[in-house]
Amino acid sequence: MNFNLTKTQQLFMQMIREFAEKEVKPLAAEIDEQERFPQETVDKMAKLGLFGIPVPKQYGGAGGDNIMYTIAVEELSRCCATTGVVVSAHTSLCAAPILENGTEEQKVKYLPKLASGEWIGAFGLTEPNAGTDASQQQTTAVLEGEEWVLNGNKIFITNAGHADVYVIIAMTDKSLGNKGITAFIVEATTPGFSIGKKELKMGIRGSATAELIFSNCRIPKDNLLGKVGGGFAIAMKTLDGGRIGIASQALGIAQGAMDETVKYTKERKQFGKSISAFQNTQFQMADLQTKVEAARLLVRSAAFKKDEHVPFSADAAMAKLFAAETAMEVTTKAVQFHGGYGYTREYPVERMMRDAKITEIYEGTSEVQRMVIAGKLFGK
Amino acid sequence: MDKSQYKNVYVFVEQRDGVIQSVALELLGKARNLADALGEKVIAMFLGDKIGNSAQALIEYGADEVILVENALLKDYVTEQYTQAVYQLIMHFNPSIVLFGATTIGRDLGPRLAARLGTGLTADCTKLEISEDTKELMMTRPAFGGNLMATIMCTEHRPQMSTVRPGVMQKCAQDNSRKGTVTKFEPKFDTAKFKVKLVKTVKEDKGLIDIADAKVLVSGGRGVGCKEGFDKLRALADVLGGEVSSSRAMVDAGVMPHDRQVGQTGKTVRPDLYFAFGISGAIQHLAGMEESEFIIAVNKDKFAPIFKVADLGIVGDVNKIVPLLTDRLKNKR
Amino acid sequence: MSMKILVCVKQVPDTTEIKINPITKTLIREGVPSIMNPDDKGGLELALQLKDQTGAEITVITMGPPQADVVLREAFAMGADRAILLTDRKFAGADTLATSNALAGAARTLDWDLIITGRQAIDGDTAQVGPEMAEHLDIPQISYVAGLEYDGKKFTVKKETEEGYQVLEFEGKCLLTVLASSYKARYMSVGGIVDAYNKEVEIWSADKIDLDESKLGLKGSPTRVIQSFTKGLKEAGEVYEVDTEEAVGIIISKLKEKYII
Repeated sequence: MNFNLTKTQQLFMQMIREFAEKEVKPLAAEIDEQERFPQETVDKMAKLGLFGIPVPKQYGGAGGDNIMYTIAVEELSRCCATTGVVVSAHTSLCAAPILENGTEEQKVKYLPKLASGEWIGAFGLTEPNAGTDASQQQTTAVLEGEEWVLNGNKIFITNAGHADVYVIIAMTDKSLGNKGITAFIVEATTPGFSIGKKELKMGIRGSATAELIFSNCRIPKDNLLGKVGGGFAIAMKTLDGGRIGIASQALGIAQGAMDETVKYTKERKQFGKSISAFQNTQFQMADLQTKVEAARLLVRSAAFKKDEHVPFSADAAMAKLFAAETAMEVTTKAVQFHGGYGYTREYPVERMMRDAKITEIYEGTSEVQRMVIAGKLFGK
Repeated sequence: MDKSQYKNVYVFVEQRDGVIQSVALELLGKARNLADALGEKVIAMFLGDKIGNSAQALIEYGADEVILVENALLKDYVTEQYTQAVYQLIMHFNPSIVLFGATTIGRDLGPRLAARLGTGLTADCTKLEISEDTKELMMTRPAFGGNLMATIMCTEHRPQMSTVRPGVMQKCAQDNSRKGTVTKFEPKFDTAKFKVKLVKTVKEDKGLIDIADAKVLVSGGRGVGCKEGFDKLRALADVLGGEVSSSRAMVDAGVMPHDRQVGQTGKTVRPDLYFAFGISGAIQHLAGMEESEFIIAVNKDKFAPIFKVADLGIVGDVNKIVPLLTDRLKNKR
Repeated sequence: MSMKILVCVKQVPDTTEIKINPITKTLIREGVPSIMNPDDKGGLELALQLKDQTGAEITVITMGPPQADVVLREAFAMGADRAILLTDRKFAGADTLATSNALAGAARTLDWDLIITGRQAIDGDTAQVGPEMAEHLDIPQISYVAGLEYDGKKFTVKKETEEGYQVLEFEGKCLLTVLASSYKARYMSVGGIVDAYNKEVEIWSADKIDLDESKLGLKGSPTRVIQSFTKGLKEAGEVYEVDTEEAVGIIISKLKEKYII
């Protein structure tokens, strides 16, 4: 048992922390304010290989591990949660399912472009009537000759409009229920595919979240991902991995809020002393940092298990559940510690509080995580 | 080594386009103190092309003797040409101490010479004294980003050499009546070693420097009020060779651009001198400037928090104090 | 034949993170991160740009304790091809002259066309090791390098000065000292990081370099630090409530006292 990061992971931490501080943090308030996708940061991240961290070198990736990937999302999110989720959705929800389920041809075709960041990836599962109950898919895919024809809508899709390739879940045989669900790879330029309404959100406002519309969208037969009827399993497994990413994002937001609060409470003086000198501040902050550290251990443990190819589904759920709720608690208290200033946009904690909320919702709400954990506990 | 063979305090006199640089006169002032403490002479090493007319000025600023090296090859500073000339001069005259300005010239020439001579060199000194017991040179300089001061000696090698930051030492008052000698020295150049060619020297108006790099910042807040108020701060900054910066309030009011803002959401600065005019000192502002070397605050509210971090506080009207201060400083120059 | 570049780097404490213990008045070094010296990183960036342009081969060398290995790994992850760590107790206590002698001694055993160093290190700020090394190797130097062009034969260099800049030219071997402000270093790439620890850092002791031992370390150092101390901490200043005339007088006398004017 070893809790230390490897030297490689430490070197990676050094790089990503500096990158986040220098390139990501200065834009965080602006992209939030303008609800603008951080394309310039995406371009910089692409150059460094941040869109292909756990993708093997043979497919143009960096050949890193999932621990490095969690560190990346944590450190980016510590400065800007929007930037964190761009990487997370791309890596966990698009590159990973293609890597894990794709044919050799698909991997060779898509992974080098995704890993280099030349193409951005996204994932479409959620529909107006298929949220937590993902089995109620209404988007359909029908095989006509050499093509699959997709029809339907997906909503709340992260990276929508900026992504070049989407992993899409659709119903191929409604009579089979979950076993009638199939996964596909859809390129953004495919006729019949379009982007619908862009959501105006509370937090992660720089992240593009929009509707995907499929209207007789014809994709080649070869763009089937995995087996016909295997889509539900792919979606669930993909979300297991994705939850490690979102847990990392939540962890980063929480740590970022802690950092800001430590700094502020040391500087802010009331009744003649720094508010950090008051025991109330110290004890509350000690409790919060303990939770943040616990979240970090859960996140890394889940990532470690994924790297070791042992089951990690419940671990990922626990990591996401705990990290997300910790992020919400820490950011709420961070605003409180900042007092009136915390409620203004002069300080980043109000943004962090708005950003934290989504981590309790997307890629499975906290309730879904509890279902997953309970499922493991009581046996399904 | 027989140290008694080495005598006198030598100053490398930096000139650019024939104009003696201020740092050279400051070094002569310091060399005067050191030579007096040793009972030795101050000798100016003056290199260039057709510069002989200026040699007398060096005597008036404290040199006992000027060693004049005039050669067309020395018109502009180039490393190898100057290294050869000064090296031969040092080998010929055996100085005990040699001082250079810590400029892009002195910090290029000094180490090259030190290596050729096989002696020590202490960079960027802020203090030089002669040890009372041993008569050795004690050189003090900042290290670790200015967090630490170190006193350094070079007891077993000669000459003892150091570079000195511009603006640190005091020049002597110019004295037209001072007498001294001018000696010509002619080095032999090995032109085969001149491998770097100077194509051109360009002077450029560097314009506004980044406030984070400025040594002097004249900063204004609500108490300065308007654009005209900041014009007055600009005039003061110009006299002091500094830059104008601002609190957040004046940036939000559109009076100053964002790149001039000091504080939490602006820039963190640590200049040698920071003027806070009409800045109350909100915590966000203090976070960006409290590590400045010396802080002078002027504010009409005597309870303004800025006074807690200021080294000197004045309760008064900014709009009266700034113009008068600017005037006084101008007339002094 | 591709160009061969030797880049000298130093591991330094991040001096912006150093604090003074207010009671003992000593430097608090614990918890201060060690980093690749910024100007040296700028130098490595210049070398990497030449590699991008010409396919140059980059060897990075550092002198320091075994822990300095990490800056060489960083150099690998940025794109360097070979790394050498000079580490030996005999190097300890070196001033700039002894350091430059050791580096020059190592350089003599290597094959290179160009040597690049940073202008100065943030722990010492001396700017001396580069020029001293050039002298030992009997090659020209250009310090304060803020720009460089290479046409396949001739180098054209922009050197920053107080009033502007100079343009200098050379062909053949030379040592350049580089400004970080002009060469914003690239980040390590993720793929480079993954490979960094799979490459070999060559460990060289004093007997591996071409230099007389008497010129190394403390023995080879003409200068000695005889005393070091921290500057006194700031005390709360005085506040005057006086008329304008007097106020200006007080300010001017303070400025004089502080040698600002």
